[in-house]
Amino acid sequence: MEMRAIFAAELDRLMAQDERIVVIDADLAKANGTLSLRQKYPERALDVGVAEQNMASIAAGLAAYGFIPFITSFCPFATRRICDQIAISIAYAQRSVKIVGSDPGIAAELNGGTHMGVEDLGIMRSIPSMVVFEPVDGVQLRKALPHLVAYDGPVYMRLFRKERPQLLPDHYQFSFFKADVLAEGGDVTIAASGIMVEEALKARAVLQRQGIEAEVINVHTLKPLDVQTILDSVRKTGCIVTAENHNIMGGLRSAVAEVIGEHFPVPLRSVGIQDVFGQVGRLEELKEVFGLTAENIAAKAREAIAAKESLPTGGEEA
Amino acid sequence: MLQDREFFTAKSREIRRLTVASIGDLGVGHLGGCLSVVDVLTVLYYAVMNVDPKNPQMEGRDRLVLSKGHAGPALYAILADKGYFPKEELFTLNRVGTSLPSHCDMLRTPGVDMTTGALGQGLSCAVGMALGSKLKRDGATIYAIIGDGESQEGQIWEAAMYASHKGLDDLIAFTDCNKLQIDGATEEINGLEDLAAKWESFGWFVQRIDGHDHLAILEAITKAKGHGQGKPSMIILDTVKGRGVSFIEQAGVNNHNMPITPEQVQMALAELS
Repeated sequence: MEMRAIFAAELDRLMAQDERIVVIDADLAKANGTLSLRQKYPERALDVGVAEQNMASIAAGLAAYGFIPFITSFCPFATRRICDQIAISIAYAQRSVKIVGSDPGIAAELNGGTHMGVEDLGIMRSIPSMVVFEPVDGVQLRKALPHLVAYDGPVYMRLFRKERPQLLPDHYQFSFFKADVLAEGGDVTIAASGIMVEEALKARAVLQRQGIEAEVINVHTLKPLDVQTILDSVRKTGCIVTAENHNIMGGLRSAVAEVIGEHFPVPLRSVGIQDVFGQVGRLEELKEVFGLTAENIAAKAREAIAAKESLPTGGEEA
Repeated sequence: MLQDREFFTAKSREIRRLTVASIGDLGVGHLGGCLSVVDVLTVLYYAVMNVDPKNPQMEGRDRLVLSKGHAGPALYAILADKGYFPKEELFTLNRVGTSLPSHCDMLRTPGVDMTTGALGQGLSCAVGMALGSKLKRDGATIYAIIGDGESQEGQIWEAAMYASHKGLDDLIAFTDCNKLQIDGATEEINGLEDLAAKWESFGWFVQRIDGHDHLAILEAITKAKGHGQGKPSMIILDTVKGRGVSFIEQAGVNNHNMPITPEQVQMALAELS
C-alpha cells in the first residue's frame, strides 16, 4: 500500500473520531492522497488552491479556534516556501498544526531540482519548538498519526508518498521520542532516516559478510533527537555513519554531530546530498547520482571504523 | 450596547492617552500606527464585540486579529481599560519578561486572539477563524485589521480570494488606510489605489469611510453584518497616522516607530486631556 493511501486512510479514521481534525491542501490533494477525504468531510477537507502561505496561516487561525489542522504540499512548498508563516503564525504562536511535506529529497524524481527538498530538515529543525518526524514505512506512519494528533504543538512530517517496504513488525509500538534500534552490532553505528534506513539495513548485510557488525538505528524523529539511544550506541561502537535523503548540512548528520561533538566525540562519516541541488531522474538512478546507496554506506562504515582504530585511545567522554 | 458620539470621543481620547503614556514611559514605539487605529478599536470593544474580560477564552466570543501587529500598544490600552489586566501593566510595555510585547502575542496577553507581527499573515489567520466559526456554528463574528502598507503583501490577496470563495460573511476586515508606510507615502512606494475597487473585484462587500468617525464606523459594521450577500466585508478606514497628537501627526512618515521625550509625552497628554 502506498504511503499516501495509508496517510489518507488513517486520517479518515481519525477524522471520524475527532471533529477537531481538518485537512487543508494547496492543489496537491491528488498527489498526497487526501483528495479522497473531500467526499466524506466536505467541510473539513479544504483546498486553498495554489496558495501555500495562505494555507499555513489559515491553519494557524483554525488551530487558534481549537482545531487540529493537517496541511500538505510537496516538501519544498510545505517548508522552504512558507518558512515565515510556519515560524510565526504556527510555531511562535504555538499552534497545533501538522505540516506534511511529501516527496522529500530525491523522491521528487522527475519533478527535479525545483521540487526536490534538500534543505527542509535544516529549516524545520531550526524553528524553535518544531517536532520533525519522518516515518520509515507504512507501519510507522499508521502508528504515528494518532500521536501527531495527540501532541499539542507544531509537527513537521516528511512523507515519502509512494510504496515503501515494511521494515517494522505489525506489533511495533511507536514513541515520538524513542529512535528504533533495528539491528544491534558492536563495530559501527549507522543512524539513518527515511528511505536511507532500507539502504542502511542492506549495508549491514554487506558489512556482515566482511565480518563487521553494524548497529542500525532508524532516527524517525530528528527533533527532539533521541540523544540517549545515539550515545548508548556510539559508546558501544566508537564510530558512526549517518545516512539521509537530504543535504548533509542541517539534517541528520548535523543533528548527530551536535550530540556526539558535545557529549562523546567519535569518528563520524556521512552519506547524503553533498550540498548540491537536486536534479531529474528516477529514484534508483538518483540514489546512484547522489551516493545514497548501501554500498556507499558500507564504504563509509569501513572508513569510520578505520578512523576509530587509528585513534590512540578511541572515543573519550568529553 | 449602543453608545453615543460623546462617549466614543471621550473613550478614544482616554485610550490615546493610555497608549501615548505607555509608549512614552519607554521612550520609543509605533506611535503613528497605534494612534491611527484607536477609533475603530474603541468602537469594536465598547459597542460591538461579544467578549468577556473576565473570561478571555469564552467559547463563541467574537475575535479580533490585529494583523498590523505593531499597533499592539493601542489594543493593550483598550484591554487594560476593559479589565483584562491592570492598567499598571501598560507600563511594562516592551520590558524583558512583559506580557505586552511590541507585537501582539496570544500566548502572553489576555484578550489577544492571535499572534501577529509578520505582516500579511493575520488576514489568513482570521479566515481560518471564520472557517472554524462556521464549522462550530457558534455565531461569532471574526474581525481583522490590516494596514494599507501591509496590503502590499501578496498573502493579503490570497486570503482575500479564498474568503470570498468560501463566502465568509462573518468575517469583517478593516484597512487602516493612513497612507503612510515606513519608507514613505504608500502611493509613492507601491500604490494601492483604487483600494476599494481592488477589494470589490475580489468579491468583498466594501465600504470606505472616515476612520476617525465613530458613528460612521458603527454604522458600517452594522451594514457589514446585514448586507446579506454572503460575502466577507472590507471597511476601508481613511485615517491619519498619529491622529490626535499634533506633533506626532506632523512627524508624518517619521512617526512609524518614533522616539518620544518625557516633555513630549506631557505635551501629548495635555493635548489629549
